[in-house]
Amino acid sequence: MALGVTIISLLLILNKQLSEQFTKNVRGVDLVIGAKGSPLQLILSSIYQIDAPTGNISLAEATRLTRNPLIKDAIPLALGDNFKGYRIVGTNAKYLTHYGAKVGQGRVFSQALDAVVGAKVARLTGLKPGDQFAGSHGLDAGGDEHGDKKYRVVGILENSNSVADQLILTPVESVWAIHGEEGGAATTPRVSMPMMIAPEEPDKNSGPETGPTDDPGQEITALLVKVRSPLAKLTLPRAINENSKLQAASPAIEINRLFTLLGFGIDTLQYIALAIIIISGISVFVSLYNSLKERRYEMALMLSMGATRAKLFLLLLLEGLMISLIGFAAGILLSRLGLGILGRNVEDNFHYDLNALTLLPEEGWLLVGTVLIGLLAAALPSLGIYRINISQTLADE
Amino acid sequence: MIETHNLTFSYDSQKRFAFPNLRCADDDTLLILGQSGRGKTTLLHLLALLLTPESGNILVNGTDLSQLTGADTVGFRAKNIGIVYQRPHFVHALNVLDNLLLANYLARLKPDRTRARQLAERLGFADYLTKKTTRLSLGEQQRVGIARALMNRARVLLADEPTSNLDDENCDRVMDLLAQQAHEVEASLVIVTHDQRLKNRVAQQISL
Repeated sequence: MALGVTIISLLLILNKQLSEQFTKNVRGVDLVIGAKGSPLQLILSSIYQIDAPTGNISLAEATRLTRNPLIKDAIPLALGDNFKGYRIVGTNAKYLTHYGAKVGQGRVFSQALDAVVGAKVARLTGLKPGDQFAGSHGLDAGGDEHGDKKYRVVGILENSNSVADQLILTPVESVWAIHGEEGGAATTPRVSMPMMIAPEEPDKNSGPETGPTDDPGQEITALLVKVRSPLAKLTLPRAINENSKLQAASPAIEINRLFTLLGFGIDTLQYIALAIIIISGISVFVSLYNSLKERRYEMALMLSMGATRAKLFLLLLLEGLMISLIGFAAGILLSRLGLGILGRNVEDNFHYDLNALTLLPEEGWLLVGTVLIGLLAAALPSLGIYRINISQTLADE
Repeated sequence: MIETHNLTFSYDSQKRFAFPNLRCADDDTLLILGQSGRGKTTLLHLLALLLTPESGNILVNGTDLSQLTGADTVGFRAKNIGIVYQRPHFVHALNVLDNLLLANYLARLKPDRTRARQLAERLGFADYLTKKTTRLSLGEQQRVGIARALMNRARVLLADEPTSNLDDENCDRVMDLLAQQAHEVEASLVIVTHDQRLKNRVAQQISL
């Protein structure tokens, strides 16, 4: 019984946590524009920072695109480096506002090689404002270090419970500066090595500070785009996908697709868990039935001493109730324990937090279901109380 | 005080019992002797209201039990009749003390811890009150069983083969205890047995 409860509750939490994390990070981003490839991969890499990017896009082309009047706002992203496994993301200040990340200590980055560290990264790596660190190549810890140019931490973000917590943010110029020394991203062989600069305000297409935009070799990884009208969400991707070398993907659609796929697995597991609960209900039934057989004499004795059959029936029912309650409690406990272990694992691999010590409303229903099954399993054999022949049972022994 | 008139009972048409009238006054002892299969236990269960007689009636302290309704019968039995079984059985989940108090509880009386302790001391198992009943020896269990029958100060004590599993020494002890305890609450003591050892101890006897 505990096992079934564990599985169902675990699935419920996971499902909820995942969709929560996913929808939270996606809010406000209508489209992601990046290199051609898997749209899901593009979304995962640029919004959730959990997959490798699809490749780089030319900054010039991206800039041209953002002049489209349908685009309200675009945030550039340049991925490719990490510090101890935490991604260094070249972007601009709008990224911070977008995720509602506030600088807790220090200030926002203002020039190349300034870095603002996400709350969790700061906590786990011990980076403080004023510290210097070298990024290393690739998205996983252990790549070549860019030793000659070091980032300087200028600020630490407050916890925003978004993807920004696990990132190191820097102006795109830094990424450009670091990789410029090495001959530019265009020559970097690995797909996940984009880097370069994006305009501060791509849609305004002005300002000398966007000077490097003209460099034909400059590339970024992706653009997070907000559009002006809901209709544009539909028309723009089609236009981009058909008429350019770029790809536009809608996070909402891709994530839905992902959850449809995952959801199928979750549903199947839920059925299995339900079957386990029912089977454990049956085993409660069998064990109560057997124990009632063994305790017939006890029951007859209590009846002869003045107990009413209804009272004994309630007694046995209570026993079933207690078994199911204990089963439920143990199940919930186990599922939280499992989640803790799983969460640690997930955190190591994807830097994603999973935590839920609160009870979900669905678990209330789970409790009701468990108790009902327990009571039913107890009630059926307990009806035998009404068939006990006191005299015969007492005489038999 | 318990008496019966023209009691009959049948399990089926083949097996029919007609019992002699019997009468046992307060503070008196009646021995019902009989070989197996003569309806000893049936008679005891009739007296204990565990079975309903086919005809005839039973009076306990002047109350005609055939006039009682089902629920009243249960309450009446719990309060007025104490039964000592051949092999003492208990509720295994409870310790000795709770098994004794259970008699109070099921008769809807207040749990009388003082009485439980007194009985335990008099019957010599005061040290075992917190033990599980399964940890006791058979003789000890028998004494706890007697104590339980006495918990509600029953007017009638019924004992079903109380000595058949015991050796001579314990047989004497149990009989002494039963007689003594029945005397203390001035209850009628009815013993059903095939144990010939008891013949010499009890004056009033009926053979089935």
